[in-house]
Amino acid sequence: MTPTPRPKRITDIGPPSYEKFLPPVVKRNYGQWKYHEFLSPGVLCHVAESGEKLYTVRAASPRLLSVLTIRLFADLADKYCGGYLRFTSRNNVEFLLEDATNIEPLKADLAKAGYPAGGTGHTISNIVHTQGWVHCHSSATDASGLVKSMMDALFPYFNQDKLPGKLRIAVACCLNMCGAVHCSDIAVLGVHRKPPKINHDGLKKMCEVPTLIASCPTGAIRPATVDGKQSVEVIEEQCMYCGNCYTVCPAMPLNDPENDGISIWVGGKVSNARSEPKFTKLAIPFLPNNPPRWPEVVDAVKNIVEVYAAHAKPFERLGEWVERIGWPRFFELTGIPFTRYHIDDFRHAGLTYARSAHLRF
Amino acid sequence: MAGENGKSKTKLLDELEKGPWPSFVTEIKKTSGVSPMCDDLLGQLELSYEEKKGHWKHGGIVGVLGYGGGVIGRYSDVPEQFPKVAHFHTMRVNQPSGWFYTSDALRTLCGIWEKHGSGLTNMHGSTGDIVFLGTKTDELEPIFAELTAAGFDLGGSGSCLRTPSACVGPARCEYACYDTLKICYDLTQAYQDELHRPPFPYKFKIKCAGCPNDCVAASARADLSIIGIWKDEIQQDDAAVAEYAANGLNIQKDVCDQCPTRCMSWDGKKLEIENRECVRCMHCINVMPKALQPGKERGAAILIGSKAPIVHGALLSSVLVPFVPEAELLETLQELMKRIWEFWDEYGKNRERVGELIQRVGLANFLDAIGLDPAPEMVNAPRDNPYIFLQKEEAK
Repeated sequence: MTPTPRPKRITDIGPPSYEKFLPPVVKRNYGQWKYHEFLSPGVLCHVAESGEKLYTVRAASPRLLSVLTIRLFADLADKYCGGYLRFTSRNNVEFLLEDATNIEPLKADLAKAGYPAGGTGHTISNIVHTQGWVHCHSSATDASGLVKSMMDALFPYFNQDKLPGKLRIAVACCLNMCGAVHCSDIAVLGVHRKPPKINHDGLKKMCEVPTLIASCPTGAIRPATVDGKQSVEVIEEQCMYCGNCYTVCPAMPLNDPENDGISIWVGGKVSNARSEPKFTKLAIPFLPNNPPRWPEVVDAVKNIVEVYAAHAKPFERLGEWVERIGWPRFFELTGIPFTRYHIDDFRHAGLTYARSAHLRF
Repeated sequence: MAGENGKSKTKLLDELEKGPWPSFVTEIKKTSGVSPMCDDLLGQLELSYEEKKGHWKHGGIVGVLGYGGGVIGRYSDVPEQFPKVAHFHTMRVNQPSGWFYTSDALRTLCGIWEKHGSGLTNMHGSTGDIVFLGTKTDELEPIFAELTAAGFDLGGSGSCLRTPSACVGPARCEYACYDTLKICYDLTQAYQDELHRPPFPYKFKIKCAGCPNDCVAASARADLSIIGIWKDEIQQDDAAVAEYAANGLNIQKDVCDQCPTRCMSWDGKKLEIENRECVRCMHCINVMPKALQPGKERGAAILIGSKAPIVHGALLSSVLVPFVPEAELLETLQELMKRIWEFWDEYGKNRERVGELIQRVGLANFLDAIGLDPAPEMVNAPRDNPYIFLQKEEAK
């Protein structure tokens, strides 16, 4: 008996070439752009050496998109720009137009559908974020709900260009930081605050003990026999709730509704403009998880944005502003208390101590 | 979602449908007709909002035949209550360079996902992939077959090369110092095996940024950060500088005084740039794109080692090769990566990113291992610590 021939399996083809998706105006002027201008919040105009112009309309997106919304974007792209569109590294959608007279009708259609234009120039662009309770096992909070709540409150900074510089916000729902919040102007980070609750019954079955022990950055996990079962114990004073052990071993869960919450970090950037890229620094060690609207987090972030907007000089990013005025003034102006938790105690902590008599009063 | 007596079953989530920012709750609700999974996703999410606790179990190994990455297993820990999301796996689909699409390509992806999954996506995930959010194990192979037939493939996960990503580059940016889209595409194609079958101690990310503005956060989020840069002088159009000044730009205050090396001067008529002192920070070019442009001798700086905190703390990438001309970039990157991966495979501990390995063994030893000469561009300053480990042959 001859087996039924199976269709040839296609593998390792990689993504389709981007060249298939570039609008004709881009193909004609690829690598030949001369300059760009901001026409209005959410609208860019790039001018090529040839004199041709490309108009970009950038619109808000919740990142979590229904196929129905993607089709809506596709329809709008067909209607206004020959079917060409792209997404940005901050998850906004961008329509690529040749005809300037289509800008306002497209913006109106987008606004009507609930995806307003904005996020260019000195604005708060879309918040990059992680999965949270929508799809993740290790999250200390939800990400999408926090983003929605903050962007509602900060919306005038998205659709109006009125900040001293760019302001980039990121949300990560645990220290894994899939949202890489460690270099944003403002970072909202979900934190666990209790050591893992060890499932001694399941541990041996589910986990490789040496890998588990090696996963702990402070060496807080050691082998132990509990009720005759091979397991581990955690030296609780050495635990800083990073969740590494849980990543390698499902029997070490950290989720704890009573104690999980949010921390706020400020002053990071990735761009090299003016100053070097820098990490975010701790502003608020803990705020409660308070869904569905997280009012404490929204108020705290809004306060930091408003103080920055009122005090920074043109072009200064948040971290550059704080470096100019000094951290004591940042805490004074924002009214955020400085606590023992603001002083680093991990690797290289000493490098963060003030090692000079440069003091401001 | 209307429950019994017309009362909403998602009282807390309904709050997140109000306000000007587009709502992810609305996205999930409106997809209910596409897949009943959406109803149970909302139900479970509402439970999380009530209890302040996630309800997804830890991982689970699922995938498509012959691949060791690209699918993230996800199971509900309350499957009796929400059976339709008992399995809710994610598929990562490798995005086109620069996230460019045609409406037809998007409709094709939507058609596949509507047929076999929840109809919910992330456009895009943090690393750059198109994320198909939520399907069952049985659907993985059919989705994969339809995706590849349509010219798409899966992205990386686990200890794979992760899906490389690129900024918009020369497609729409006058700052692009190399073709980010092409380098990203060529590298992705060159390393299909590493992308689909985990060969490393841990993940390895590549990001292509066309200039030091770094719109893809390469210096913070990529093990290998390719950052466009130029070597010669900033291109300057004096008439356009004068036009900016005439239009009210305060060139002294907003350009010269913001320069990190104060390498620019303005006498009210002529802008002078001491290019030898320029660090290519981009500020002046960002403020006056019509008047100033990166130089003509373009290429990229290659930096290495950035990552988020897990395991031993966050790192920013640091300089490995200060400048590679664009024409030599692909070949240089491939040769470098070969050597880096060889050393990392041999000496990296389980779940140790390459940046952490460099921290552990020291940059000098790493350079020896990959055959690069030390250069002063690699450090902020020479060591201030006199405890020096000498090479064996150094002292008699």
